[in-house]
Amino acid sequence: MTVKVLRRVAILVVSLFVASIVVFLFMAVLPGDPAQVALGVNATPELLAKTRAEFGIDRSLVTQYFSWIGGVLHGDFGRSYVTREAIGPQLLDRLGVTLWLVGAGMVVALVIAVPVGMFAAVRHRKPSGATVSGLSQIGVAIPAFLAGIILVQIFAVQLRWLPSGGWTPPDQDAGQFVRGLILPALSLGLVQGAVLTRYVRSAVLDTLGQDYLRTARSKGLLPAQALRRHGLRNASVPVVTVLGLQLATLLIGAVVVERVFVLPGLGSMLLDAVSSRDLLTVQGIVLVLVAGVLLVNFVVDVLYTVLDPRLRGS
Amino acid sequence: MRARLHLAALAVLLAASACSAGSSASVSSGPDTLSVGFTAEPANFDFTHADGAAIPQALLYNVYEGLVKLDAQGRIVPLLAKSWTVSPDRKTYDFQLQPGVKFSNGAPFTASDVKFSLLRVKTDWTISIKSAMDVVDHVDVVSPDHARVVLSKPSNGWLFSLTSRLGAMFSPTGVADLANKPVGTGPYEVASRRRGDSIVLKENPAYWGRKPAYSTVVLKYIADPTALNNALLSNGIDVISSLTSADSIPQFQGDDRFTVLQGTTNSEVTLAFNNKRAPLNDPRVRQALTYAIDRKAVLDLVFNGRGTLIGSMVPPTDPWYEDLSGVYPYDPAKAKQLLAQAGVKNLNLRLRIPNLPYAVSAAQVVQSQLADVGVRTTIEPLDFPAVWLKQVFTDHDYDLSIIQHVEARDITTFGKPTYYWGYDSQRVQQLLAEADGGTPQQQVADMKQVARRLNTDAAADWLFLYPNVIVAKNKVTGFAKNQVSESFDLTGLRPA
Repeated sequence: MTVKVLRRVAILVVSLFVASIVVFLFMAVLPGDPAQVALGVNATPELLAKTRAEFGIDRSLVTQYFSWIGGVLHGDFGRSYVTREAIGPQLLDRLGVTLWLVGAGMVVALVIAVPVGMFAAVRHRKPSGATVSGLSQIGVAIPAFLAGIILVQIFAVQLRWLPSGGWTPPDQDAGQFVRGLILPALSLGLVQGAVLTRYVRSAVLDTLGQDYLRTARSKGLLPAQALRRHGLRNASVPVVTVLGLQLATLLIGAVVVERVFVLPGLGSMLLDAVSSRDLLTVQGIVLVLVAGVLLVNFVVDVLYTVLDPRLRGS
Repeated sequence: MRARLHLAALAVLLAASACSAGSSASVSSGPDTLSVGFTAEPANFDFTHADGAAIPQALLYNVYEGLVKLDAQGRIVPLLAKSWTVSPDRKTYDFQLQPGVKFSNGAPFTASDVKFSLLRVKTDWTISIKSAMDVVDHVDVVSPDHARVVLSKPSNGWLFSLTSRLGAMFSPTGVADLANKPVGTGPYEVASRRRGDSIVLKENPAYWGRKPAYSTVVLKYIADPTALNNALLSNGIDVISSLTSADSIPQFQGDDRFTVLQGTTNSEVTLAFNNKRAPLNDPRVRQALTYAIDRKAVLDLVFNGRGTLIGSMVPPTDPWYEDLSGVYPYDPAKAKQLLAQAGVKNLNLRLRIPNLPYAVSAAQVVQSQLADVGVRTTIEPLDFPAVWLKQVFTDHDYDLSIIQHVEARDITTFGKPTYYWGYDSQRVQQLLAEADGGTPQQQVADMKQVARRLNTDAAADWLFLYPNVIVAKNKVTGFAKNQVSESFDLTGLRPA
């Protein structure tokens, strides 16, 4: 068990290191001059040269990489070329927004997927179950940004019940914060919910067919009761795995949803930074996102062993 | 069980939000708060070190003031200077200052601040437009309310530059943290900002002039045009400072909650010719291309016909404006004839454009119309700003390009042979210099000549002038139709 976890940690560290190199190289080959973008159309060659030196982009790639990664290891992500401010605190601030969004999207997805998936599984031979399965198929096919645009049209533009976008920090005005989060969370969660519904359904169906459940049923329990008392934990193993995988998708979806709903999270920060060639900022954001995904996978692996006693060997 | 808990929690959230979702999701909490939507966000508050139009758009005339400002007709009018006189040799400017002016940190504004601010452009500013202040030889503090500026040579352009961010007045006590804490004499001061979201301006209680009608103004930054429109439609904001596409105008015009205002900008959407490159170094070829393009059709496609056909690098708000849009009527036959005269066959040109909606749609029209006269073009959209700036603007690696030239009076760029136009005309350079040094009447006459010469030479093809389209709730009035300065001027706005 401990060895297993340690091996996972080692894999995590190596993956992060490799990811940092890939991110750095990818940004290095992007065409365009950060100094030119920062200075605009009236920049003189002298000023451009001075600014390149100031940014440190006149040095060799190897030097640049090691000075960047050295800083990151000390928690220093460098200074933005555009705002000239420290990137680290800005990352934390934006990460908070993205986590709220992803968290709320996850809640929406689970609230949809668990009961609907169970319903579809228990009634899989009845028309109602088939209908629910069909609906979830349609849900899977709708991308998050499209869901967002439709929701904004209905609830913000036509009905004017909810804001079409914008962000209010929870400590500033809790009511406004919640209202601002509803539509983005729904955009993100509906699609994920539809995806998860299918996994929940098949996991539950799988469990329903197991011997121990038949035993429980023979004691006179209804399928749903038997499932609740004996089957849920087993059914949750594949669902947790998928949840972990979905989290990466959720993060990608969040980038798009943040743009639609004007949320100052990592996603909108990333788009701005790429277009203004704010390379250090892009590197910092991507590293944080990659670290997030890798960490989630790590946690899922560990949870797996907790949930499923059969995996605790070795 | 757990699912049930989640459901309960969600129900509580929904109920809580429904309670507060009475009528609208407006940020405007009260009649004295205004919320204005913009697309481009300032990187920080320091326009002495960071370029980009977004900072002066938010701060100039609202937080910072200069000695003079531009009014809605493009005239230079008094602001912190009550009045000024120019010596006969046009080198000495005497400014009489408004008495009783204070900075937002309480420091009084006097002639010594004028000296401090103007000389600071030379010593501390890093953005390149600071060169407009090179002509200042020295500044004298004659008395607390009288500043004298002596130039090394006469320059009309210098006084005009004072209406921009270059003329902003700073206090020595207020420049310690320009990026985060701007200190100016304007009607507003910066109260707070949330990066990626908004800047909040609050009324400056010590303001010397007319109290602004709105005590709080929220500047909302919404990069996505659709999201910006939705914010106004759903009451999230009160004003869209400038619409970037014509497609959404009908939905606002058809809605009696809103007023749509249209005026002009300084932004010429220009089809640039690389004047240095054969065969575009032959004026007949450039004239042929100009005859070959139906600019009205371009404007109809790109901006539903809203915008102005100009025919030169001069917007109607400049004193030397003349309508030159009819000099080259759409005439494909004439275009072919000129190309034949120039001996050009099988021309294939690279049309390298920024990947921005207006440029992409204009490029389609240009491509098909040039094809009609036998000129093939390859459209190459480049990532803007990074790649376009590097390859087209800096390295001059292009035949044709389409871009908005947003800066005021940027016709002077045709006086720089190293600029990406590759246009080098002794006569134009001489006229520009004379215009800058002459009387205002001479300036107008000379600048008219410059504009006509550029038009005759077909130095570029000015497709159209970008329109200024403001959409606002009916309850907000007092907008200037034309966007002539660098500022989104909040000082005239008031409730209906």
